[in-house]
Amino acid sequence: MSAITTPFPGRTEVWKLPYRGTVGMASLIIAEAAIFTIFVVAYLYYAGKSLSGPTPSEVLETPIFTTICLLSSSLTVHFAARFLRSGQRTAFLALWFLTIVLGGIFLAGTGQEWHALIYKHGLTISTNLFGTTYYSLVGLHASHVIVGLIMLSIVFLFGLANRVGHEQSSRVEVLAMYWHFVDAVWVVVFTVVYVLAR
Amino acid sequence: MASDVIVLGNTAPISRTWTEVVHEWVTTVDHKRLGILYIAYALVFLIIGGIEATIIRIQLMYPHFNFVSPQVFNRMFTMHGTTMIFFVAMPVLFGFVNYLVPLMIGARDMAFPRLNAFSFWLMAFGGFLLYFSFLGGSGLYGAGNAPDVGWWAYAPLTSRAFSPGHSSDYWTIALLVSGFGSVGTAINFIATILCMRCPGMKLSRMPLLAWMNLVMAGMVLIAITPLTAAQLMLLVDRYLGGHFFDTQAGGSAAIWMHFFWIFGHPEVYILIIPSFAFISEIVPVFSRKPIFGYPVMVAATVCIGFVSMSVWAHHMFTIGMNSYANSFFTITSMVVGIPTGIKIFNWLGTMWGGKIQFKTPMLFCIGFLFQFLIAGLTGIMLASAPFDWQLNNSYFVVAHFHYVIVGGLLFALFAAFYYWYPKITGRMLNESFGKLHFWLFVIGFHLTFDLMHIPGLLGMPRRIYTYEPGRGWDTLNLLVTIGTFVQAIATLVFVGNLIFSYFKGPKAGNDPWDAWTLEWSVSSPPPAYNFAVIPRVASRRPLWDQKHPEDPDSNYE
Repeated sequence: MSAITTPFPGRTEVWKLPYRGTVGMASLIIAEAAIFTIFVVAYLYYAGKSLSGPTPSEVLETPIFTTICLLSSSLTVHFAARFLRSGQRTAFLALWFLTIVLGGIFLAGTGQEWHALIYKHGLTISTNLFGTTYYSLVGLHASHVIVGLIMLSIVFLFGLANRVGHEQSSRVEVLAMYWHFVDAVWVVVFTVVYVLAR
Repeated sequence: MASDVIVLGNTAPISRTWTEVVHEWVTTVDHKRLGILYIAYALVFLIIGGIEATIIRIQLMYPHFNFVSPQVFNRMFTMHGTTMIFFVAMPVLFGFVNYLVPLMIGARDMAFPRLNAFSFWLMAFGGFLLYFSFLGGSGLYGAGNAPDVGWWAYAPLTSRAFSPGHSSDYWTIALLVSGFGSVGTAINFIATILCMRCPGMKLSRMPLLAWMNLVMAGMVLIAITPLTAAQLMLLVDRYLGGHFFDTQAGGSAAIWMHFFWIFGHPEVYILIIPSFAFISEIVPVFSRKPIFGYPVMVAATVCIGFVSMSVWAHHMFTIGMNSYANSFFTITSMVVGIPTGIKIFNWLGTMWGGKIQFKTPMLFCIGFLFQFLIAGLTGIMLASAPFDWQLNNSYFVVAHFHYVIVGGLLFALFAAFYYWYPKITGRMLNESFGKLHFWLFVIGFHLTFDLMHIPGLLGMPRRIYTYEPGRGWDTLNLLVTIGTFVQAIATLVFVGNLIFSYFKGPKAGNDPWDAWTLEWSVSSPPPAYNFAVIPRVASRRPLWDQKHPEDPDSNYE
């Protein structure tokens, strides 16, 4: 059965294919980006078309501090993954934890903002078109932050239990990709909600 | 020579109880079993959707006919459309792709086998949810059971005021859930095709089936998700009091149309590109020639993928867009005809000068070529905005898209069934039954859908419950319905053939068609691990190289 060893003729060549985790996450990000695109389009299309108040210029306050927190968490997650790849596990854990804290601050900021909008300004999802589109778009992003935080925390807990090492760095980098995406989407949402459609 | 399955000693079949067998199938993560599950699931829904179509056609058989009530009629066309697109066409294609792609690219399974199982069950539960609406749809309001808003579910029909009860919610959530499943499957296809190819299987050597489904999966990522987003908005409107599609509060009904068709039109290409993939694998084998113009075929597919993303509003010419939008969407829609035409010429070029074998799969391929061409031509007619103003929402449109879906997609699918059934089951399908199925279906198809164009041209709108006698539609509608029954009988012949041949068909062997792609190098059905040794390929037709070592393709590529 020589057919088993070389079933098909041809030269042996170096055969290298991309990592499936990276490709899978990139595909997921493309799909998610399409969902966000539709929500952003709806937000822009309905900007200024509410028949009643409150309007964005009356009630929105630009969340600069929490935005800085979220965007810098991209840096921390990036360097955390790098430390893991080079085997510096303590540095990885510290930066990973910092990422979770920064993401948590952002989420708390969104919560505070919503609380003020609902109880101070009386803006809910059913008040007017602004409320509907604002809570949907920002809420869709916040739900992605929550999912990201849950996954980051799981990795952190495994890390505390000494289960995350150099061998897992490819997988950890895939999760970091997702977190970068969550941050990048916030750049778009921030620009649209707090700058363009004010 | 061609058998490369390692035979292990002492593998006497273990007898298992039926619960163990069911448990194995439910918990399976094997791409072949999931492929079969997808196909079986789609065939069940095909029969349900077919019954709904038959009810629609019986109702329209005579003027002033009263076979079902108008309410039931609305539910039937809504459920027929939703079922056929989301729970027949997509799963059956995903099933074939699931089954074939790892075998064709020399992989042992998909990139993410558990995600694969998860995606299948999401889609399956989506279908069950949709049909559960017959029981749970009326809710506390006692109003209507199954969804009756049409498969586009245009606003404001779906708002609380016009759709009380839960029928629209079942529709929304069923599509949302199955959409998540589709995206999971698409991610899996892309990761599998890009990351799991066997050594030597460069992108330029991949079977066209893998290439085209790579494009299809990419389209699923960006076409299904707008529907997901729109469904989320609809849920916000219905459950949280949002105003996305609420014109009373400044919302827009037109934006739902845009979001729906941004999904809806690429969806047609998501369905037809896998059909192109089947044709591109089957036509060369039965013409005994390699595919004509492989790189051009790939380029045309990618081109269709891109252009089809910018044609959606040709479904909306009658809502009153400005002339720039009308011109843009007319031009882009017509442009799709160019890469599609290239493909048709390439298939003809493959057949040209070949030793054509008119076996059943090839007959269905030839039927596909003729019918898809005609479907494309009526498509170009409808792409022209003024023509569309006259005929939008008429039976001409219904005839056009059924020509694409039945005359194109379904014929390609039948070809795929006859071609790969031997691989999946190990038995050949009966040729005589196959030819009978083909000719009956061709007659029924043309009786139904050729004639359906004419009442459309005469002004018969789609989705009407009944019509006045004496408008010149009566005889045509009767003949259209008779054609439906001929197609139903042909489908019964097909199902009978599937069952009969499973038990009585001649053994297929590894490679009954003398084909050239890797799936024919393993036993039929393939072992769970697919390849005992991961193959190594040097050309687009690895089995040709193996069978003809004196003149391998690798010398020429």
